[in-house]
Amino acid sequence: MIINQKVSDIFQDKFPGVVILPEEPHNDYIQIQPEKWNGLAKFIKTDSELKFDSCQCITGIDLGIEEGLEVRYNFHSMKLKHKIEIRIAVERKRPSVPSVEQVWRGADWLEREVYDMYGIRFKGHRDLRRMLLPDDWKGWPLRKDYKTPNIYNGMKVPKVRKGWD
Amino acid sequence: MGFLEERFEDNIITAKLDQILSWARSTSAWYFQFGLACCAIEMMSTAASRHDLERIGMMPRSSPRQADVMIVAGTVTLKMATRVKKLYDQMADPKYVISMGSCANSGGPYSRAGYHVLKGVDQVIPVDVYIPGCPPRPESLIEGLLKLQDKIRKERPLTKKK
Repeated sequence: MIINQKVSDIFQDKFPGVVILPEEPHNDYIQIQPEKWNGLAKFIKTDSELKFDSCQCITGIDLGIEEGLEVRYNFHSMKLKHKIEIRIAVERKRPSVPSVEQVWRGADWLEREVYDMYGIRFKGHRDLRRMLLPDDWKGWPLRKDYKTPNIYNGMKVPKVRKGWD
Repeated sequence: MGFLEERFEDNIITAKLDQILSWARSTSAWYFQFGLACCAIEMMSTAASRHDLERIGMMPRSSPRQADVMIVAGTVTLKMATRVKKLYDQMADPKYVISMGSCANSGGPYSRAGYHVLKGVDQVIPVDVYIPGCPPRPESLIEGLLKLQDKIRKERPLTKKK
């Protein structure tokens, strides 16, 4: 994974202060600050050395109550045949990340799914609604502190009958 | 055949209207074609040529208005449960429901931790026949449908209930 090192170097060269350097050197992923993410995304898509034209996956992750949330992006270049993983950490209260929906159109539903499950708001997304759950659902189910509701629209959610245990 | 031979004019058979009605209903129970999860694959395979549901008079309909039987084939999520209820309400009487597979019966693998799954479709609509299995084989589904036919055949829709 030499490409990670290369991308990291290019980032530090062109966008100083964006990359959060790891404590121990590794080549697995690049951790970056959320602020300039939108401009950075446009850059890695169009730059002739990088050309990450395919947004393969966007995932949310809850690292624990103290740690906070994280968004992880996987990009692949169909032309140059290399790939990277980019991670952006967000706080638990009012988590927000710039949207890349208008850079890679495929990111539209992926971002909506992360929003649906973790409540991470993608700033600039043109249609940020819930993806899988009903529109009137409350809470973010894949967060560690999520409590299963007792009732939804008059239907009981936990097991109701005796003797099932 | 000696008992019936040359007793009637022009192929007349006498029977109770009740019995004729329930017999006709039981042998042409068209089912509502909608699948919610992997059970739907088994339902499709049951309807296809190898097991052939049409030989027992069952035919898939794509509209709830034309269907008599609703086969709830698969996991009923809370989001879908609202729709299941609505579709059931749209079906014309007489209507019957078959709950197919563990998920529709009791929540199945989601019964403990599923925050989004209805634990048994009978919380929302009345169920006539439960078919266990995950998913049930086509033989089990046919067994369940024959059970339902028995149930319909025993009905007396015109007789006054005491």
